Amino acid sequence: MSEHPPPSTGSPGEAWVWFAGLGLVTGLAMVLGLLAVITWNGLGVFWPKDILKVDFKEGSAAGIGGAPALLGELIKTQERKMGQAPGQPLPMEWQVFTGNKDRYGQMFKYFDAAEIASHSKPAGVARVERLEYGPALGFPRSLNQDDGGVLPATDATFEKKLREAISGQRALRRDLRRVEKNEIGAVNARIESLRLKAKRLERNPGDPAKRAEIQRKIDAAQTEYEALSARAREIRGRKSGARLVLALGTGEESEVPVGQIVDTWRPNDMNAAQKTGHFLAAIGSYIVDEPREANTEGGVFPAIFGTFVMTLLMSLAVMPFGVVAAIYLREYAHQGSFVRGVRIAVNNLAGVPSIVYGVFGLGFFVYVIGGSLDRLFFADRLPSPTFGTGGLLWAALTLALMTVPVVIVSTEEALAAVSRGVREGALACGASKWQTIRSVVLPAAAPGMLTGLILAMARGAGEVAPLMIVGVVKLAPELPIDGLFPFIHLERKFMHLGFHIYDLGFQSPDSEAAKPMVFATTLLLIALVVALNAGAILLRNRLRKKLATGAF
Amino acid sequence: MQQTATKTLEVLAPSEAPENPAYIRFLRYHFWYGAAQALHGIDLDIPEKRVTALIGPSGCGKSTLLRNINRMNDLIDGVRHTGDLILGAHSVYDPSVEVIGLRKRVGMVFQKSNPFPKSIYENVIFALRMAGRTDRRLLDETVEKSLRDAALWDEVKDRLHESALGLSGGQQQRLCIARAVANRPEVLLMDEPCSALDPIATGKVEELMHELKKNYTIVIVTHNMQQAARVSDFTAFFYLGRLVEFNPTATIFLNPSQKRTEDYISGRFG
Ligand SMILES: Nc1ncnc2c1ncn2[C@@H]1O[C@H](COP(=O)(O)OP(=O)(O)O)[C@@H](O)[C@H]1O
Ligand SMILES: [Mg+2]
Repeated sequence: MSEHPPPSTGSPGEAWVWFAGLGLVTGLAMVLGLLAVITWNGLGVFWPKDILKVDFKEGSAAGIGGAPALLGELIKTQERKMGQAPGQPLPMEWQVFTGNKDRYGQMFKYFDAAEIASHSKPAGVARVERLEYGPALGFPRSLNQDDGGVLPATDATFEKKLREAISGQRALRRDLRRVEKNEIGAVNARIESLRLKAKRLERNPGDPAKRAEIQRKIDAAQTEYEALSARAREIRGRKSGARLVLALGTGEESEVPVGQIVDTWRPNDMNAAQKTGHFLAAIGSYIVDEPREANTEGGVFPAIFGTFVMTLLMSLAVMPFGVVAAIYLREYAHQGSFVRGVRIAVNNLAGVPSIVYGVFGLGFFVYVIGGSLDRLFFADRLPSPTFGTGGLLWAALTLALMTVPVVIVSTEEALAAVSRGVREGALACGASKWQTIRSVVLPAAAPGMLTGLILAMARGAGEVAPLMIVGVVKLAPELPIDGLFPFIHLERKFMHLGFHIYDLGFQSPDSEAAKPMVFATTLLLIALVVALNAGAILLRNRLRKKLATGAF
Repeated sequence: MQQTATKTLEVLAPSEAPENPAYIRFLRYHFWYGAAQALHGIDLDIPEKRVTALIGPSGCGKSTLLRNINRMNDLIDGVRHTGDLILGAHSVYDPSVEVIGLRKRVGMVFQKSNPFPKSIYENVIFALRMAGRTDRRLLDETVEKSLRDAALWDEVKDRLHESALGLSGGQQQRLCIARAVANRPEVLLMDEPCSALDPIATGKVEELMHELKKNYTIVIVTHNMQQAARVSDFTAFFYLGRLVEFNPTATIFLNPSQKRTEDYISGRFG
């Protein structure tokens, strides 16, 4: 304080109070601003945007392929910085989302505002979400049926027929998926395990009757497989060839197979209530659907699920380790310079960059432990690794290792806060040291330990760097938990929201299209971390209440 | 209260020597915390089924002496003693004596009440639980008897399964007494049990001691001279880690043999 003499007016130190308050306000403003930006951008993705029809001036070459008009959603207007002589005022340019990537080769169009003759919000224009090529924008013209029948858009039943056709095809896709993925997947898994058994028998030739038995089982499974494939073929055969004909903004027509349509709506004709309904439904399907088109479309359910399961596993791994270590350090170890050293080391571990843990996880968990497990238990499957490659278990353990210092530190603090009086009271009743710890100290310290868990989860759930080398993938074909024995597949690779964000933002082929999804996914990640923490906080409060009412 | 004290004095006045056999016996007992000596050559015989009060100025070693009887000081690093401390027939330092077993024979009540964050019921039977007793009837009986012993039964009998932390300070301290006697110990050690209590709660605890001494050997540390006079049969006065005088309470208060005892009791120092 001697270097900073207090100001001469007011009570001494008052300036510092203001200074500290200012720091707090700045911090709060930054956090709130961050949340506001992410929430606004993230939720904006789901709001149905109006579609503009832009007519260019006579003879303008600004349109797509010289077309005199286009349909699109206005993304932003900005000053064009390039191609301008110095000293000239910067012209305004528009960025619009035109969709129809299959036709235009791209989904965004930039043009100078000066080229625009007029723009309007025409009624009847539809946005059509497709399985491939992103959305299509255009005026529906007709529904061309399989049998050559043409239902014009002016027909009173057009909307209803179109919806029926779309939902019929959607149900078909769901059936196909169930057969192909779940049922055929289960049979495949069975055949695979039978093959491995057969291979084992071959190596140490034993009972020929047993081998015949396995062969018979394989054959039976094979027949089952064929039957299922036939069913899948049959379902695929029921796919309709109906097409929705759209008149695009640039004049030409485009046909969209109904089987490719995910959903369609007419934003310009919707009122606020309908838009809100659409908005909520879109958020819902974003949460429960699987991703499409290199993750830039569809939902993120596998990533939510992966993040959730990984964080839970991490918590299960980190709590016992951290708590036991803290109990030893605080209650049993002789409080000398060695323990002090260990404490300093633990505190420093909390500051090690997370990627270092990732590298350690790869070198130790994956290669050493996973490799040994493979050699011991999964030798039949080698050279393809089972545990000897990144997976859910190794990712969870790596993060557990990373967060264990947090748990140790807060558990130690919680243990230290249990009053000496209560401990002595227990000991004086003839309790042994361990009995005292277990029946009096641990229950009293439990809320503090959960604080450690909350901090660990907050750090672990948002971590991406180490996961990238120990088991996270861009697209996992299967969830880590499913109906196939043994139900929890710890060796599987998994998707993660944090990595999903990285992948969308930096690895996506069309980063402009992926940008809104980056915000939406970020918002979701924050929501998930908050939800997990809220769960732990709820648990802690229940423990506290139990403690206060002595229900232990 | 005054009446009780007078009664005690009358009862004890005729015989000056302890008529009961020594139950706790300190023999040339020295005790150190690291390099600092806290007790110097204590020779003290604490009689059975009587209340013995330890008095003296702060820091004179009363708590240290008390906490050695159930070896609570063993928890502190670097403690050391010479001489011997005998409880009943055996030295508490006898290799055959287990500390846990010893603490089951010696109940302790602390200056600051320290109920466990558990229900009243679980608090009382804590020692039995730790000993692995599960017989429901025994536990129920123990709870009732101990709470009656501690004069708390009527106040809490309808809320046995509520948290002990919801009791008032005086009730908490009596609960700690119930907890200490639940295991039927031979000795009850009390380190300033009333220092944080209001007069009414103090009165209850004092009445309690009169009841309890029928069955237990009680050693109580107190800073309150009136309290020592009211509740104890014998009083030991300590000064700077030394035992200055040990006599029947009446003698100490009416006719102390040491000048320092008289000075302390009459409030001239300490
Ligand atoms: N845990 C301890 N470590 C070191 N010295 C202690 C400890 N407890 C007490 N002492 C010292 O021992 C002496 C006696 O203390 P104590 O028995 O608590 O006195 P009293 O209970 O009579 O007030 C004091 O000088 C005190 O400072
Ligand atoms: Mg004391």
